[in-house]
Amino acid sequence: MRSFLALLKSNRQFASGVVLLALVAAFACLSFFSPYPPNDSFVVAPDVPPSAEYWFGTTSRGQELFWLLTFAIRNTLVFGIVVAVLSRLLALLVGLVAGYAGGWIDRLLMSINDTFIVIPLFPILVLFYFVLKDHMSWGLLALMMACLGWSYDARLIRSVALSLRHREFTETGIFSGMSTRQILVEEHLPYVLPIVFSTTMNNINWSIGLEVTLSVLGFTDINTPTIGVMIYWANQHTALVAGIWWWIFFPVLLVVMTFIGLFLLAVSMNEYIDPRSRLGRSER
Amino acid sequence: MSGYGLYLLTRLGQFALVVFIGINIAFVVTHATPIDPVEQSIAASTQFGSINPEAIEMMRQSLKELYGLQGGLWDQYVTFWRRIAVGDFGPSLSAFPTPVSTLIARALPWTVALLVVSTLLTWVLGNLLGGLAGYYRRNRALRFAGILAMAFHPIPYYIVAFLLLIVFGYLWPVLPISGGYTMNMEQDWSWEFILSLLRHGILPVASLALVGLGGWFMGMRSLVSNVVTEDYVAYAELAGVERSRILRSYVMRNALVPQVTGLAISLGSIFNGAIITEQVFGYPGVGTLLISAVHAGDYSLVLGITTVSILAVSFAVLLIDLAYPLLDPRVKAR
Repeated sequence: MRSFLALLKSNRQFASGVVLLALVAAFACLSFFSPYPPNDSFVVAPDVPPSAEYWFGTTSRGQELFWLLTFAIRNTLVFGIVVAVLSRLLALLVGLVAGYAGGWIDRLLMSINDTFIVIPLFPILVLFYFVLKDHMSWGLLALMMACLGWSYDARLIRSVALSLRHREFTETGIFSGMSTRQILVEEHLPYVLPIVFSTTMNNINWSIGLEVTLSVLGFTDINTPTIGVMIYWANQHTALVAGIWWWIFFPVLLVVMTFIGLFLLAVSMNEYIDPRSRLGRSER
Repeated sequence: MSGYGLYLLTRLGQFALVVFIGINIAFVVTHATPIDPVEQSIAASTQFGSINPEAIEMMRQSLKELYGLQGGLWDQYVTFWRRIAVGDFGPSLSAFPTPVSTLIARALPWTVALLVVSTLLTWVLGNLLGGLAGYYRRNRALRFAGILAMAFHPIPYYIVAFLLLIVFGYLWPVLPISGGYTMNMEQDWSWEFILSLLRHGILPVASLALVGLGGWFMGMRSLVSNVVTEDYVAYAELAGVERSRILRSYVMRNALVPQVTGLAISLGSIFNGAIITEQVFGYPGVGTLLISAVHAGDYSLVLGITTVSILAVSFAVLLIDLAYPLLDPRVKAR
């Protein structure tokens, strides 16, 4: 806790990242106090610009943008976190095993890994939607993206695990009869956790970005409000042409805040993990 | 075997693996779901009015043949590969009877051109500025450029493209926001046509560059600031080698090697970005084709585009890999 406060004071990137994300998270939490359920429409007058009564204005579907947005950002964040947690499990499994086993297992796993890095995922996700159509749900998309989005971080984890393999404590573990699973989970996992945390931020950014893109095109479950789905409905009602700019502006603003916040957090965490870059920082 | 031969062989093996796994994912996605594309197409086309059952049955058979869904799972798998091998994805349903391959071949040059121009521009500019920023750390303008690049970097392609669309389409309409060239213009290589191509390309390229620049900039900056602390750089400085020469041939050259690898790694996501951007600006490439194929319910076209994307991206990565030894001669010595 003390180091957290110290970091908050000393590192401006970390501080701004935390502030941005705290604002977004607080906003998402407001959804629990919303006076309307998320999918009710025509509960207020449509197309009212932002005012004292409706802070963010209202949509053409008669929803109050402020409360709708709280639900949307909450769903978007939860989506990102679910994908990140699931894909982290895969990345940890592949990375730790490849790094520890070495030899042909390592080469095989990394070949598969590099394949997943290279394959263009967007057409595959579109194909996935195309096959599922109305059966597409929020959970399925999260599962699919977790299965596709682990590779880049598995490589990072493996590079750390590789260096742990020849450390003395690993050998001590082997000679004292620990199983491979025990060594990986109890001995190696704690070493890779910092890097896992920083990649989590990047992964959330990645999955939210794709989710927004797919939803804006209408290629997800368009009845669950997320940031992308909100922009989708705004586009469907040609909000920009009709001059209802607030319907687009506030979701975009909020999601951009999320992206920059997560990114700053990831960058400053990397700096914290890798002391070499911290050295470069103090030189300036 | 010589080092280069071995390198060549492993890269070709990796290329084959990417294609193999990629195509398998496409197969699994289309075949593992309980939803039958044939029934979906039939449901869509029989939505209005009734058609006699025999006609529906005939339709079902020909659709099955068209989609390669005849026989058992193994037969379908073999058919899937055979079609890819000969480049035959059947006729497109939305633009019947034009073959899917013709539609893709028509759109692909646009995407390739957009990708090559924007990637080269972004990569060169990002590395150049990043290298300078890593070497001249106190320069104010470069530090400001760094902050700007970082601010745009985490925002996804779609949002950046969308923001540019709003700015240059509604707030300050000076650039064309849709299409690849002025509509109804004759497509000869006249000066006017080229100018129109360029003007229509500005916004898509700009949105790809805005997102991409930050990554190369930050990567190169940290690489260069690590290389600068090496002894040989200090020695060169003491020996009185010109600073510009140190930067060019001592520092940048070495730092560029991992950046080339980085380009190969991120090509897939750059491709994703390009097809998303195309859709925003209605650019007549593969991305726009893909989205309209989905809306039109054109199964063979969607599948064809996915397959071609996988093939094209892995081939481009192979090309970068093959050029890599030119920059890093150590590969040959291994």
